[in-house]
Amino acid sequence: MTPIATSRSAAGLPTGTLAVWWLLASEIVIFGGVLCSYIMHRLSHDWWAAEAAHTNQYIGLFNTFVLLTSSLSAVLAHAAAERGDGRLAARRLWYTIGGGATFLLVKTYEWSVEIGEGFTISSSGFWQFYYTAAGIHASHVIAGMIAMAVVAKDAAKGKFLHRVENAGIYWHFVDLVWIFLFPLLYIAK
Amino acid sequence: MAHAVEHAPGHDEHGHHEQTFWQKYVFSTDHKMIAMQYMFTGMFMALIGGFFAYVFRMQNAFPGIEVPGFGMVTPTDYNMLVTQHGTIMIFWVAMPVLVAAFGNYLIPLMVGCDDMVFPRLNRLSYQIFLLSALVLIAGFFVPGGGFGGAWTAYPPLSAVGNYNLTQLGSSFWVVAVALEFVAFLLGGINFITTAMNSRAPGMKLYDIPIVVWTIVIASILFMASVGPLIAGAIMLLFDQNIGTGFFDPGKGGDPVLWQHLFWFFGHPEVYVVLLPALGIVAEIICVFSRKKMFAYRTVLYTMFATGILSFTVWAHHQFISGIDPRMANVFTITTLLISVPIAEMCFVYIATLYKGSITLSTPMLWALGFLATFLIGGVTGIYLGTAGSDIYFHDTYFVLAHFHYTFFPIAIIGTYAGVTMWYPKMFGRMLDETLGKIHFWLTIIPFNCIFIPLFFLGLWGEHRRIYSYELFDELWKYQGIRQFATISLVIMLSAQLIFIWNFFKSLKSGALAGPNPYNANTLEWQCPSPPPHGNFKELPNCYRGPYEYSHPDRKEDFWPQNLPA
Repeated sequence: MTPIATSRSAAGLPTGTLAVWWLLASEIVIFGGVLCSYIMHRLSHDWWAAEAAHTNQYIGLFNTFVLLTSSLSAVLAHAAAERGDGRLAARRLWYTIGGGATFLLVKTYEWSVEIGEGFTISSSGFWQFYYTAAGIHASHVIAGMIAMAVVAKDAAKGKFLHRVENAGIYWHFVDLVWIFLFPLLYIAK
Repeated sequence: MAHAVEHAPGHDEHGHHEQTFWQKYVFSTDHKMIAMQYMFTGMFMALIGGFFAYVFRMQNAFPGIEVPGFGMVTPTDYNMLVTQHGTIMIFWVAMPVLVAAFGNYLIPLMVGCDDMVFPRLNRLSYQIFLLSALVLIAGFFVPGGGFGGAWTAYPPLSAVGNYNLTQLGSSFWVVAVALEFVAFLLGGINFITTAMNSRAPGMKLYDIPIVVWTIVIASILFMASVGPLIAGAIMLLFDQNIGTGFFDPGKGGDPVLWQHLFWFFGHPEVYVVLLPALGIVAEIICVFSRKKMFAYRTVLYTMFATGILSFTVWAHHQFISGIDPRMANVFTITTLLISVPIAEMCFVYIATLYKGSITLSTPMLWALGFLATFLIGGVTGIYLGTAGSDIYFHDTYFVLAHFHYTFFPIAIIGTYAGVTMWYPKMFGRMLDETLGKIHFWLTIIPFNCIFIPLFFLGLWGEHRRIYSYELFDELWKYQGIRQFATISLVIMLSAQLIFIWNFFKSLKSGALAGPNPYNANTLEWQCPSPPPHGNFKELPNCYRGPYEYSHPDRKEDFWPQNLPA
């Protein structure tokens, strides 16, 4: 049973939204740690640029496009939820989940090719960061998809519509991390 | 002003049917039960950590003897024991008891609501924490034994199985630590959100008791500092098991990177546990000197300043790790700066005591003991924060003694202060005061007897983490001092039995406490002891600050926060 505490709002924000923002605060420092470590190493190892040249920028660009588009449908889902249209919100969330799935499938293909060419996680300094940073990001993509599936299932029945926004906030964050990862891992030479 | 009165839920639904043992004690979502789970798990881990300290100190003082209760201590055992003692005491004792147990117990009661905002998340937090403790303990029994590369786990020693000889044990250690962080992140989000959103109507930011503020600020510090180490733990795990070289110079990595990731978390972590202890002490000092907190707002701003500064001091652990000497200058300055707000807090507490009507009850003794011992810890920190002297002191027993003079007051004295203070609320009965005072003196005197000699050993150049000093002629002559410290340790550990006896005896036969045995103001004392499910009969409104003691306009010397003016 939900306690009274959950429904109070002394800070003026709904409890769930507040908690998601704090969750993001903790995630930012996790990715901040990985990215700062990577950038500092990258700056002191010129030859990593040659390794980075083996990444496929076109696949990276396509995935960036897919993720950004999936964020759009998350925003539209929020708009539908605001109007109280749970069924539409749920459908749009499923579009977003589809975007996440496309992203992961493309990533799987990309990694298979790279591993086939001999670039594994233990190949060199660059590749270990490449797989670790993108791998941690991918685990967040999966977590976001699961969260949205749960929210969409309830939203379709018109329940917990306020959660659509929270799932969207999380998904935008997952996007944002990728926007940092794409130039740092693929473009920087 | 008519506030809408919210009726606490749960009485009717939960009062009539009996919950099963599993529902009530294992899978409870009630914040008080989860607090108890954290507290008892933490105290159980403290027994393990204390036992480890006893074993390696016996080896240290009487090398080669059969330690009663353990047997012969091999060098590998010794490394494992000191490593796990540090890990357990910080991550599985100080954190769960000070932050998680007191946070869970006190925050909803003190801000006047019926539970945490996310009760099931809270339960998940404890379950992950329990899992982490089990993984850590399981790591002692894998082939090769538990991890023995020091609690800071510097690579390459921690990263390469051929160096540490505990390939599997070190992976268990990393996984356990990472899981524990996840548990406290979940708990921290809950604490912060509860304190921000679920305060009683009328409770403004400056009406929140200091201890709630400290736990919330500690949770924010933890959240903002632990991320890089979670990333670092993943990297270390990969280095150990799948052949990456993040921390291996041979593969383009950098071992100092781990030190940065570790201490960027490790130093704020000191304040993560220090702040709740300071908060507990603040509550006790106000109640038992019947005075308003001196400079409440200044204390708050000081805590914010401490929190921000704590992110800028981490490299003072790395003065001899080959960092740029110019950087060492910067970190020396920031480290010396952070002693200012902490010193200010100590002065504020003393000013609160000044001209108060002081009762030297057991919780008050612990609170004063905290101030006195932590002061020594803080002052000796100045020597270590200064690059020039730290280069000499680094990794000696001086560092060890300094560290224990900060963490023992925090984790042990602070915990005892809190437990003796809120025991009547938690269990509805009073602890035995005489036993409590005997326990206090038999803890605090041996504690000083252990660590003051170690300061001198450190000054004379004794390096820490040495299995036996028999082969070091210039250090072997001090063996008598080591034996003195070890005997003091045995006395101190034995004295803890008094507390355990007092704790369980009073559960049955202590005097009934009633809702407010100390005539205190904060909201947790305005509900029954122990509080029922849902805490308050009628959720309170808040009308004033938490420390209105000895107000000139009132006959009683206290003025509860929920009494209408």
